Amino acid sequence: MLGYILRRIGMMIPTLIVISMISFIIIQLPPGDYLTSYAATLRATGDAVDEAELASLRERYGLGEPIYVQYYKWMSGILLRGDWGQSMEWRKPVKELIWERMALTVFLSLISILVSWFVAIPVGVFSATHQYSIPDYLFSALSFIGAGTPGFMLAMVVMWVAMRQFGLNVGGLFSEEYILEPWSWAKVVDMLKHLWIPVVVIAFESTAGSIRTTRANVLDELNKPYVETARAKGLRERNLVWKYPVRVAMNPFFSTVGWTLAGLISGQTLIAVVLSLQTNGPMMLRALRSQDMYLAGSFLFLLSVLTVIGTLVSDVLLAWVDPRIRMEG
Amino acid sequence: MTVSEPQDLNTAEVQAATAQECPPLESNSEEHLEAPAAVLDAEEDRLYVAGQWQLMWWKFRKHKMALVGAGILIVFYLIGIFCEFVAPYNPEAYFIRYKMAPPTPLRIVDATGKLRAPFVYHRDRSKDPETLRDIYTENNEITYPVHFFVKGEPYKLWGIWESDIHLFGLGPDIEDQGVFLFGADRMGRDLFSRLCYGARLSLSIGLIGVFLSLALGIVLGGISGYYGGRIDTAIQRVIEFIRTIPTIPLWMALSAALPADWPVVKMYFGITIILSLVGWTGMARVVRGRFLSLRQEDFVLAARLCGSSEFRIIIRHMVPSFLSHIIASLTLSIPGQILGETGLSYLGLGLRAPAISWGVLLQEAQNIRSLAQAPWLLFAPALAVILTVFAFNFLGDGLRDAADPYAR
Repeated sequence: MLGYILRRIGMMIPTLIVISMISFIIIQLPPGDYLTSYAATLRATGDAVDEAELASLRERYGLGEPIYVQYYKWMSGILLRGDWGQSMEWRKPVKELIWERMALTVFLSLISILVSWFVAIPVGVFSATHQYSIPDYLFSALSFIGAGTPGFMLAMVVMWVAMRQFGLNVGGLFSEEYILEPWSWAKVVDMLKHLWIPVVVIAFESTAGSIRTTRANVLDELNKPYVETARAKGLRERNLVWKYPVRVAMNPFFSTVGWTLAGLISGQTLIAVVLSLQTNGPMMLRALRSQDMYLAGSFLFLLSVLTVIGTLVSDVLLAWVDPRIRMEG
Repeated sequence: MTVSEPQDLNTAEVQAATAQECPPLESNSEEHLEAPAAVLDAEEDRLYVAGQWQLMWWKFRKHKMALVGAGILIVFYLIGIFCEFVAPYNPEAYFIRYKMAPPTPLRIVDATGKLRAPFVYHRDRSKDPETLRDIYTENNEITYPVHFFVKGEPYKLWGIWESDIHLFGLGPDIEDQGVFLFGADRMGRDLFSRLCYGARLSLSIGLIGVFLSLALGIVLGGISGYYGGRIDTAIQRVIEFIRTIPTIPLWMALSAALPADWPVVKMYFGITIILSLVGWTGMARVVRGRFLSLRQEDFVLAARLCGSSEFRIIIRHMVPSFLSHIIASLTLSIPGQILGETGLSYLGLGLRAPAISWGVLLQEAQNIRSLAQAPWLLFAPALAVILTVFAFNFLGDGLRDAADPYAR
């Protein structure tokens, strides 16, 4: 087991190095850099563009230097000093920017994932054990809809319905008064009131998929001989179902849990843009658009690192749960 | 999956062999060793000599939802191909007097209760005194019949054939009224026409992107699976590496890299290439897996012993074995690409105005004024995308069930 983990970690390091290089190259792909797009914005609004100031900014951020020099500066900053660079648009350190929104992003994503699991697994098991009943058909129809409707479209429709029917002011996680306030009970309560719409929208799609997977897997298991043996031995149906087939059916969840780690951080970008949530997703979009090099590069790098770690985590989990993989791995 | 051969030959041989090896045990077992009827009735005979594609088609026909999905898709793609003919108006033509107009109700029963050919009522525009909002009221007196195959604005079908016949419309004399099946947007442009033109771009991007992925995936996956060894390991590393980069940020980053001032066609191809760059990995893995398992099959060995070249073995013998599965995977990945393009255009990173795609239409609907006053601007493209995704999912399910050789 330990050998398996060590081997995987060893393979991870070169992958991470290459990923960091690729992220940096992708960010540098658009022609020009932050300052050219900044100057273009200034010109578009009619402000004067001070060439000397631009030149000094360029010097300061090292934008004129060849790409490998810039990459080296960035990487050495991250590895040696924990300095992820400076965001040119926000004029703050990148680390601070990401961290500010991190808590909210992770919280929202965690809640969505937990909700989706706690809803999908019981519903899926129920669907499988009561196959072809009316609730089963209902849940299947719901999961088809959930699987087919893209998230951001659902967000827009939910926004429209909430506005039309309930007169709610949707958008953002806080009401007007609380946005800049320090944390207090009242603020938490206000957030909870606004929280259910984003959570429902984000969780809907993954819940639908999970219901179908759970149902299919549990159905497969229920036909196996060991279930019949357990029944013959006198185990109560409910205990039987939850103790044995469901555990086996949980296999795919373990293998995909790793990818949820990266999803946690990027926080469902499209939905966040629609609902104007203050999470990481919209910020990354802005950074990409304005070529804010360090911010965008750090985001891409962070996401890729988390995906790799997540894959490792899910592989280890799967190996721990399923002894066959340990033997072959 | 090889072509099935008439069953009676094999059974006879098997019968002969088992009769020699297993001596009859008891009286009841002798019933099992009797030869089955050598003559099959017409129905079973047809089943046994049917080719592989015939069997798939018969199985597919039984899946009702897949047939519905296929029907919907055929209609959508026809609309996309002939969009200049189907759309009653030029997508950029605007009716100044009908900004944000709700959909025109098509009627066949007039005010006196009589049944008539389809027509629309004249609409007057007035302003609400308090909010200065436009209110459209129908005038029961004046009717405009809706004609089919009517002369309208001239257009060039696919940029080649000139014509001015549209599928339906009010006729060439009526200039300031419009029949807006899905309403008009904030500049007074007919949403139905824009949807039709948008269908052309949105639906074709999915197809082209998937075919690019397919080409890349089959070539690389085939090489990887067929030769095995170090080439296989190398290609697998590359695939794993590409998969570690999360998809949506990668799409966003690459699309942001495309200059905003590229012409529409160039941007279109840029987007398809970006979408397919990530998709080919899935296809390559599947193809590689199949090749690896098929490499050891007897019929490949037989073909090799007969003197076939490697190329011929791959193309003539191995590829048809998993082609059906590939087609099923294809249809299931097209919606992903369509949604990707829609999402990117909605974010402003993909196609942009004046290009028309469903994502661009959704982006124009994304503001509070549209949502509150003109919800059809949101629902029409959204419904189009959702229906397409559903149709592809059902079609893919049906194809996958039909292609699965083990399901009975």
